[in-house]
Amino acid sequence: MKTTEATGADGGDAFRRDLLAVLPHLRAFARGLCGRPDFADDLVQETAIKAWSARDRFMPGSNMRAWTFAILRNHYLSELRRNRHQAEYDPDSAERLLVMDADQEAPLHLSDMELALRKLSPERREALMLIGAGGFTYEEAAKICGCAVGTMKSRVARARDQLAHLLDPEGDTIGSERQQA
Amino acid sequence: MDDRKRTPGPSRARNSKEPGWAEGLRQLYDSVVHEPLPDSFDDLLKKLDRAEHEND
Repeated sequence: MKTTEATGADGGDAFRRDLLAVLPHLRAFARGLCGRPDFADDLVQETAIKAWSARDRFMPGSNMRAWTFAILRNHYLSELRRNRHQAEYDPDSAERLLVMDADQEAPLHLSDMELALRKLSPERREALMLIGAGGFTYEEAAKICGCAVGTMKSRVARARDQLAHLLDPEGDTIGSERQQA
Repeated sequence: MDDRKRTPGPSRARNSKEPGWAEGLRQLYDSVVHEPLPDSFDDLLKKLDRAEHEND
């Protein structure tokens, strides 16, 4: 056996390494969920500690990103319930997001995207973040959210329709030409 | 800390039929993924270290 176990005293290093490697992804997911960079980072740190404490429950070789996303999502939802008003989106933080994105190479309308994303229901937003942004399969996303695969598929479909409409109210033609021009 | 740069996520096949905003959504995600971790995360690493030693 060459592979180190990801759990236990010996395998703590492997687990830790994998956990650190997914932190940037957790930040991206969290920011998409809540729209607030500071709150998102708090969520990620708390998630990392929860994951670390629960590392004995992680199956070595399974998907660390999916596992930690589920922890983050559950933590986010409980924070929402606990402190509803704070977790809600506020326009000021969207402005901050835009500033942060300013030095990135951003040919697309990230601002429009961000604002449109905020208008989706939480279920649709997380579905789109997992499938459209995070690249998870429907099966993985359904598992992360604790719903049926069919439910996930319909959430994504509705989210896509809604987003397309929000970003291009004119209708059927795609905005990509305009964005790439 | 090169580990942070590794992207464990799946590679994403480009779908030529997808609308332009689909790429924008991925960019939104990727732009955060490629940000360096903020300083506030230094404490996190220490916390994990402490937890690890307590666990020994």
